Amino acid sequence: MSLLQVRGISKSFRGLKAVSAASVEVAQGAIVALIGPNGAGKTTCFNMIAGAFPPDAGQIVFDGADIQGLRPDQVCVAGIGRTFQIVKPFAGLSVLDNVVVGALLREPHVPAARKSALAILEKLKLAAKKDLPASSLTLPDRKRLEVARALATRPRLLLLDEVMAGLRPTECDAMVEVFRELNRADGLTILLIEHVMRAVMALAQHVVVLHHGEVIAGGTPAEIVRNPAVLACYLGEETEI
Amino acid sequence: MNRRALALGALLLAVLLLLPAFAGSYALSVATLILYLAYAGQAWNVMMGFAGQLSLGHSLYVGVGAYASAALFYHLGIAPWAGVWLSIALCVALGAAIGFLAFRFGISGVYFALLTIAFAEFTRIGFDHMDWTGGPGGMFIKVAQRDSIDLLNFRGPPAMYYYAILFLALSALVFCNYLLKSKAGYYWQAIREDEEAAQALGINTFRWKMLAVMLSSAMTAVAGVFFAFYYNNLFPEQIFHISRSIEIILGPIIGGVGTLFGPILGAAVLTVLADAITEVLAAFGWEIPGIKQVFYGLVLLAVVTYLPNGIWPALARRIGVSK
Repeated sequence: MSLLQVRGISKSFRGLKAVSAASVEVAQGAIVALIGPNGAGKTTCFNMIAGAFPPDAGQIVFDGADIQGLRPDQVCVAGIGRTFQIVKPFAGLSVLDNVVVGALLREPHVPAARKSALAILEKLKLAAKKDLPASSLTLPDRKRLEVARALATRPRLLLLDEVMAGLRPTECDAMVEVFRELNRADGLTILLIEHVMRAVMALAQHVVVLHHGEVIAGGTPAEIVRNPAVLACYLGEETEI
Repeated sequence: MNRRALALGALLLAVLLLLPAFAGSYALSVATLILYLAYAGQAWNVMMGFAGQLSLGHSLYVGVGAYASAALFYHLGIAPWAGVWLSIALCVALGAAIGFLAFRFGISGVYFALLTIAFAEFTRIGFDHMDWTGGPGGMFIKVAQRDSIDLLNFRGPPAMYYYAILFLALSALVFCNYLLKSKAGYYWQAIREDEEAAQALGINTFRWKMLAVMLSSAMTAVAGVFFAFYYNNLFPEQIFHISRSIEIILGPIIGGVGTLFGPILGAAVLTVLADAITEVLAAFGWEIPGIKQVFYGLVLLAVVTYLPNGIWPALARRIGVSK
């Protein structure tokens, strides 16, 4: 059964159609990647799912309930965690406190929240830096913190917005391993936006391609890399780098 | 909290408790003013320092809190220990109204600050035209015998006011410490640092910002009640004036916004230094009107330039206590 069903959502910004009638399905326990060239509307899709703004049209169903139009905090409470493409750490707080803020959603008592935050930092290999201010972290660590914070809210669906960007290949592989483990052991469902094809190929069971706000293809990673339409718009350029 | 901090805190507390025994009436009045500013500064700090909502209109809560209790006492003989609840209720209602308008309609940052000024200003004009509270001519509470303590009506010698405000300031410190370490503290700081990220973590930012404004206004209302019964006179032009708000926020800014001890330290540094400078100049025969404000400005410039986080974080590191 599908955990998330996005049915024909559209969004325009002052006449510019960012997303038009896009549909995506994410099955319970799946890892789905949303790819597409810059400006394809991937992040706009994410923002609509996460409640940052409502779609102009269409329907978003999470776990059988309509969630379009809910506020971001309500979407999070419903069980969808998200990261931001441009990372947003609570710069003045320590790494641990950043994650505690997320953990407090399901553990209203601070000591319990600290405990579960520590466990998550352990998982993301940030435990050694727990007392540093978040502002002192490097970009890869900030991306990890972004993930840790979202995980702390115990989501059933995790939205990852380009968390691999800027990571070295070995760091990227380590991150992929973390998500695989979360998916395998905790049954976490993941929808990710990603440009790093190395990660997409290693992680995703299903890939959806957006171009000019429209879904132009969908399939397994192996199918997608051979799809002529996709190659024309996107992968051809991207793999040359 | 380490041992050194505990020792320093105990020493400071002992000095504060024994102060009326050896301080003259002038020193005691300065100490009372410092503690008043420290208390009000802590109240403001809940909103700005913890939750990141800049209020430049806290004189509104001081004024309404002061007038409500004073008017009840003056007209109906209701003692301030009862009147203070009306003061708190009115200020919380006002804070909630401002917060609702601002947070529901997305007024934030500088615009929020302007909204708080606007509320303080039109309340001042309103009180200027309200005969029941004496209008622009002010309201005066009868000064009773200064040698007997009447706690029920909050009338008594200066030392009584000193201990009352000391109690308030210490309670605020304990309360703020509790707040900062609770769920509310974490959520407020998250909202202060990045509201969008906070909301994505399931935080109903509207609700938590409302809580910060309402708590801050309730605490400030009590400062207003103290103000009314300590000074015994209230004028709209004075108590609602923006300089009253600025006075409250200078302490926390100079001491360290968002820290626990910053508002107290800032209030002490500013008041003592400003008074000392005025005294020194007076000793030379120079009476310069407005010199205090010039001094405040210079201190503010220096702190913003050299210690943008305030004096307290730097000092705490220097003397080896935790912030």
